[in-house]
Amino acid sequence: MKILMFGWEFPPFKSGGLGTACYDLTKGLSRQGLDVTFVMPTAPKKADAEFVNLLGANNFAGKVKIRKISSILTPYQSFSSYSEELKKLGTDYVKNSNDKEVYGNNLYTEVMRYSAAGSEIAEETDCDVIHMHDWMTYQAGINAKEHNKKPLVAHIHATEYDRTGGNPNKIISNIERNGLVKADVVIANSHFTKNNVIKHYGINPDKIEVVHWGIDSDNPHYNINQKSPFNKEKIVLFLGRITIQKGPDYFVETASKVLKYEPNTKFVVAGSGDMFERMVNRADELDILDRFIFTGFLRGADVHRAFQMADLYVMPSVSEPFGLVALEALKNGTPILISKQSGVSEVVTHALKVDFWDTDEMTNKIVNILKYSELREELKQNSFREVQQFNLDKPAEKTRQVYEKVIERYK
Amino acid sequence: MVSVCFYFQVHQPFRMRNYPIFDIGKRQDYFDDEKNIEVLLKVARKCYLPANQLMLKLLKAHPEFRISFSLSGVFIEQCERWAPEVIESFKKLADTGKVEILSETYYHSLAYLFSKEEFKEQIEMHKKKIQDVFGVTPTVFRNTELIYSNEIAEFIEDMGFKGILSEGWDPILKDKSPNLIYRPATKGNIRLLMKNYRMADDIAFRFSNKGWSEWPLTTDKFCQWVNSINNTGKCLNLFMDYETFGEHQWEDTGIFNFISSLPSELLKNPDNDFKTPSELIDSYEPEGEINCQQMISWADVERDLSAWLGNRIQRSSASRIYEMEKEIKECGDKDLINDWRKLQTSDHFYYMCTKWFNDGDVHKYFNPYDSPYDSFINFMNVMNDLTLRLKDSEQMSVSSADEVNCNEMGKAV
Repeated sequence: MKILMFGWEFPPFKSGGLGTACYDLTKGLSRQGLDVTFVMPTAPKKADAEFVNLLGANNFAGKVKIRKISSILTPYQSFSSYSEELKKLGTDYVKNSNDKEVYGNNLYTEVMRYSAAGSEIAEETDCDVIHMHDWMTYQAGINAKEHNKKPLVAHIHATEYDRTGGNPNKIISNIERNGLVKADVVIANSHFTKNNVIKHYGINPDKIEVVHWGIDSDNPHYNINQKSPFNKEKIVLFLGRITIQKGPDYFVETASKVLKYEPNTKFVVAGSGDMFERMVNRADELDILDRFIFTGFLRGADVHRAFQMADLYVMPSVSEPFGLVALEALKNGTPILISKQSGVSEVVTHALKVDFWDTDEMTNKIVNILKYSELREELKQNSFREVQQFNLDKPAEKTRQVYEKVIERYK
Repeated sequence: MVSVCFYFQVHQPFRMRNYPIFDIGKRQDYFDDEKNIEVLLKVARKCYLPANQLMLKLLKAHPEFRISFSLSGVFIEQCERWAPEVIESFKKLADTGKVEILSETYYHSLAYLFSKEEFKEQIEMHKKKIQDVFGVTPTVFRNTELIYSNEIAEFIEDMGFKGILSEGWDPILKDKSPNLIYRPATKGNIRLLMKNYRMADDIAFRFSNKGWSEWPLTTDKFCQWVNSINNTGKCLNLFMDYETFGEHQWEDTGIFNFISSLPSELLKNPDNDFKTPSELIDSYEPEGEINCQQMISWADVERDLSAWLGNRIQRSSASRIYEMEKEIKECGDKDLINDWRKLQTSDHFYYMCTKWFNDGDVHKYFNPYDSPYDSFINFMNVMNDLTLRLKDSEQMSVSSADEVNCNEMGKAV
């Protein structure tokens, strides 16, 4: 079976969960014996050698071909962050020697420019299924389908409603809807996402398949065994983009309540995002800024070090389509407190769960976690055992079944 | 001769209300009356009242029919407060003289494992309650969840009981049959009755299971199984939760019809009859010894203590509560002691069980919490309030003692 996939750059590039998801799925599918042609937007000046490494025979069994298209698109971009990115590049990259624009002058035109490559690639690539990941790739996928008339699978990792805390950009949500409508099958990463897709876009539930995410089991970073630098103080960790979607406000409010009961607590915030300043200001207002440590954006081994140091990982997301990061925490042996408004809460049983807005209940749980080592240990031991079942093979196997079903329908 | 011995366990815990950390030091009402009333009335309607009515009818129709009950003190207490008609219906059964009431710990607790003194006190409390309500004195003991060992048997015999109930668990029985009367491997002479869990669970757990090869279980079929014991055994101990009738097995499964036709069908064979635990002990000589050095119970496939004390949060919360015993009792505050004892009910620890958490089975069915961790957190918050109250009451008694001293000194001066 041959798959034409429109996805995103693989880690360690700064593409967040989406890049990881694409990497993991591709790896899983190649283990299932599928051939994948993987198309990704690639920023200028990136060395090809890095990709060669990633595509080593061990990881992909020689089953994956990469097709790069020069573009400055990255996942989670908004219109304003795109404009900033464009400015940073300077005129050299925006215009070529003939004074013609290389990249779109705004996010929309860039997405459309990128999408034009869809039919071109479909022309030169033999495939049985077209698979696309989140809204920026949808038009490219649609173009490919129009060209080769193959079944189209729209994978949805997050809706525009999740990303914006319920205030979608109309242009983006229209592209998103269009992709979901035109797709023959939609793969949602949780029932939570499936319900959002039905609620916001009126997509027929029968064409949505839920494929919960897994996590790579062989990562050397799990064994770093990083110890906390503090003796007396316990660490409560927030790790993720500091954006409205991730609920940083609720984390700060909860911290101030927790400190009344457990003053010897450090709140570590690992990540960056547009709500960073607001988070710092609020902590200052509440007079608890000295209990906070802001690490900035972490990558690679540092992410694992942060998890391993922490006594508890908190994910207070307002709307979390899946929440792979919670599984990462468990893999590192850290107990988790996650919002019920998340896909991962559907599959992990050995976790503390709260509604994201319920800072009282979050406090109740965090204080008890900090107080009782037996509670931490019990959670840690059981969730560590539980997380082993979320591997890459299960979601790849399910995805393959989705392909088979839709190919059958096209016959 | 096969004597069928029915014993039904009747228990409802005082479930706790949601007690977040903010309530510590502010609220002393730990128990969720609303929820407890709701459960009690629901089970009364589906099980206790209709089942008691049926049992009464059967006892009147068949002079040979016998049953026995163990009612926890906390169950009786809840009925007295919220469903007196349920107690009345149990009294009517007891008044037939063909129903035996067994002994247990008042609070349906795990006290033996932590404090023998507390264990003894709770058995005495229960005895007094049974005397007050039913006018009888229990002579046969069954421990919470049939937790049993040689050591417990010895302790119970020293308290004056003539018999004790246990799970007929194969590794303990070895090659022996559960359908005989035994003595524990102790110096004493107490009698041991072992549950025939296969046949008891056919009724209690498998009755409505359509995937079971013997489904549907008819009275006729069950009686044939009983008849086949005639060559090898003397008794058939069918021990189960009373809630089997109408609550665990709903009425539409036919469970009431099954039990209703059982006495007449069984009595067709003149070699069968019914006996209470006391009657079994008085009628038959023991056929050897059962050596049970470890603690067993009737719960889960392991038949050990792991349903209540299998993980860290269970063991720690349970030991913490018994660590308070000495101080709680010394303070003498009745409300405080009462609340402390209600926290000992085994159900609270059962809710914290993590071993079956993934399977969504029987543990989940009985669990008012979303997760075992939530249940631990709630329990510890309540424990912390209890500890505060204890400290307050100790301080009060210290300061009033000081006052007395001052007065006396004043007089002396």
